[in-house]
Amino acid sequence: MKVGLFIPCYIDQFYPDVAIATYQLLKKLDCDVSYPMDQTCCGQPMANSGFSDLTKGCDINFVKNFKNFDYIVAPSGSCVLHIKEHLKEGGTPAELEKIRQSVYELSEFLVDILKVDRLVASFPHKVGMHISCHGQRGLHLSSMTELVAPEFSKSEYLLGMVDGLELLKPLRADECCGFGGTFCVFEEAVSVKMGKDRIKEHLVNHVEFICGGDTSCLMHLEGILKRQGSGVKTIHLAEILNSEL
Amino acid sequence: MSTRETILKAVAMNKPELTELPDMDLSLSIQYPNLINQFVSMVESSGGKAFCQNSSEELLKDITGVKSEGKFMINLLENLPSTELENQNASELESLDTLYLRARLGVAENGAMWISEKQMSNRLLPFICQHLVIVINPEDLVNNMHEAYQQIDAVSEGFGVFIAGPSKTADIEQNLVIGAHGARSLRVYLL
Amino acid sequence: MRVKQHAEAAQEFILDEARTDWHDETLWFVRNKRDKAVNTIPEWEILRDWASRIKNHTLSNLDHYLTSFEEKALKNGIIIHWAADAEDHNRIIHKIITDNKIDKIVKSKSMLTEECHLNEYLQNRGIQILDTDLGEYIVQLRQETPSHIVLPAIHLKRQDVSETFHEHLHTEKGNYDPQYLAGCARQHLRERFVESELAITGVNFAIAESGSFVVCTNEGNADMGVHSAGIHIACMGIEKLIPKTEHLGVFLRLLARSATGQPITTYSSHFNRARPGQQMHVVIVDNGRSRQLGRPDFRNSLKCIRCAACFNTCPVYRRSGGHSYHSAVAGPIGSILNPNLDMQANSDLPFASTLCGSCSNVCPVKIDIHEQLWKWRQVIVANGYVNKGKKAGMQGMAWVLSNPQVYRFSGKIGRWVMRTFPFIVNNRLNVWFKQREMPRAPEKSFRDWFKENK
Repeated sequence: MKVGLFIPCYIDQFYPDVAIATYQLLKKLDCDVSYPMDQTCCGQPMANSGFSDLTKGCDINFVKNFKNFDYIVAPSGSCVLHIKEHLKEGGTPAELEKIRQSVYELSEFLVDILKVDRLVASFPHKVGMHISCHGQRGLHLSSMTELVAPEFSKSEYLLGMVDGLELLKPLRADECCGFGGTFCVFEEAVSVKMGKDRIKEHLVNHVEFICGGDTSCLMHLEGILKRQGSGVKTIHLAEILNSEL
Repeated sequence: MSTRETILKAVAMNKPELTELPDMDLSLSIQYPNLINQFVSMVESSGGKAFCQNSSEELLKDITGVKSEGKFMINLLENLPSTELENQNASELESLDTLYLRARLGVAENGAMWISEKQMSNRLLPFICQHLVIVINPEDLVNNMHEAYQQIDAVSEGFGVFIAGPSKTADIEQNLVIGAHGARSLRVYLL
Repeated sequence: MRVKQHAEAAQEFILDEARTDWHDETLWFVRNKRDKAVNTIPEWEILRDWASRIKNHTLSNLDHYLTSFEEKALKNGIIIHWAADAEDHNRIIHKIITDNKIDKIVKSKSMLTEECHLNEYLQNRGIQILDTDLGEYIVQLRQETPSHIVLPAIHLKRQDVSETFHEHLHTEKGNYDPQYLAGCARQHLRERFVESELAITGVNFAIAESGSFVVCTNEGNADMGVHSAGIHIACMGIEKLIPKTEHLGVFLRLLARSATGQPITTYSSHFNRARPGQQMHVVIVDNGRSRQLGRPDFRNSLKCIRCAACFNTCPVYRRSGGHSYHSAVAGPIGSILNPNLDMQANSDLPFASTLCGSCSNVCPVKIDIHEQLWKWRQVIVANGYVNKGKKAGMQGMAWVLSNPQVYRFSGKIGRWVMRTFPFIVNNRLNVWFKQREMPRAPEKSFRDWFKENK
């Protein structure tokens, strides 16, 4: 099966290590993974701001780059959710539907498709788990505290395979970090307050890292942590799953 | 066109395509192994007091106690109709201290009890009294609200109410205060 | 007077960080109570599904249910009025008051009357209404609006209530005990109930098959008023209907658990007929609801049973307070209802959200709130209610991002600038930079690495 690596624009530009880790991890798991060189952005920043009619160019480019893969995998729940729910142009209805059905966030691809049950990975650190909203509530990557339903978490399942890792959870298991796309600047006060509150709950657990599946959340939390002069770092799930001693 | 016509016309024009009511399998709703225990626990967690042991003697003690204190009390337990009571107004009833009446049934999932207009004689009574005392037959306990609605007739009398606990409010900083505008206490006798 | 938009009002709210934390913790506490309560009901998700489908069905047959309700209610001697909008609603109530030469009026909680600004309308005509729900009573004395549809005074601390009561009710200065304060309110309001001539209530549920309606309270204030007064006026939006009495079983199991974590409110009063000698009126109000019904993307918002579970779970609401939403109904549900009433005035509300989706999960009638928030954003932008600078920025971004070469070039230049001249972005003009460091700008993008290493 041919896997197309979908790297969100801000990861490509600002957090290439997350993309490198994702690529290396998929290769380790024997995937035939290619990286379409002309990909840009899924269009989410415009669409979530009310400008979904401006995403035609992104849609067209996305379909051009990704229409011939069996699976499309991205280290980002929100971008995958956007493609699934809002990709509307750039191909025939069948092509678009195929893309929507075959696009996966990394942890769900590993658990549901590759059915990974062990990893050669080691990360002997105290890590705080941050659950990103779009992946959780949109893609059902884990159970949600609001619902009366059995508990599960794809990322936790994977992290459980990593040697030496101590996973610690904040008191409010799935409250939003406050990034929210352009919300982070247009409602800056609320956004930062939400981020600070999330961080406080992790600091109480004396974590060394805060881990999540969406770099957007991590970028926002990292910005606050650095401003606070904290030694706590943020790290993407892919980087942990890919790390070895 | 009258306002009524305008509104109905707009609704008729704008409503979506007809969808069906759900087929509700009520057997899926919660059942309790011990109705009395569950009911009592819910009455108490709502701020009421429940008596199931020696309830007959306890109730008698309760009534004699209130009587001996000379408080204004109304006892509807004999279920004798009283047009005088039905016609009393708010200022005449304002000083009512304790009211005794029967409930038609009780709901285990939430401690609520159904009291119809006939059982209260006067709609104001269960609300204006300082202390409310309800007598309920343990055979008249049901598991949940669905069963309750299957058993009561909620529409044939002019008024009816589910009462679950004494009145309360948490409007001041989420601090629970028992006794808002309705009864300040609730005692329930199962007999 | 210029109405502050949500972002600005929220920023001011957050300036008092300790108070924001207190407001956030208090409402999170209510969310927790809700969670505990719903987890005692294994069939909770099935109940939500039933409630959602009952409401969907009702909306799809609403005109028939409205006429059925009216027919049965009229047979039971209830007087029915139809109000097209807020002004109509207020006028109808005013007329009943003046026709009957009423002086002493009490009102229990009705968000509809807030939406219609009833108190203000009557006050301008020399008529005083007393709000009897403790939270509403407190905000009325303070001449504020409620900040939450179930907990009207949640934004106030006990010290605030104590000061207000000391000023208006001459309670002991400095006595902050909620029991004492509530007790004083009970005493003061009891007289007013007893002497009331007209009582106004809301309607939680109106039953089409019987022409009845149900009012739910914890305080008993609705009942104290209506069973004392000679006239009862119940106000309802057209969407309050449910088809059958048995459906109350579903809704009464969902409502209080979602709202406060109680299994049921203390009182669930079922009104079928007026008591002998009393006048009972029901005012059925449209005020934009039929228009919302005609919006396929947004009509589901009419299923709302006003439980406020969405408020309590919303991380934005908890940190900005209800007044930031400048509307009778705040929070997530307000943000999808209010743009229908006035799109321009409420164009900020659907953006006061990170689209986290928690609201949709707690909604007892399964309104897809966070999806409607996204859809309202598209409508608002399409209608031009957006900042010109933002629009230009978006158009620029769209062009760059649809063009691979432009995207790569802009990214490279942008990163180079950030590394070489950090002060260009690390300054007060950059909103991000106010309280956060910028991400590090790497020399190579992933694509660069891939080209070198594949």
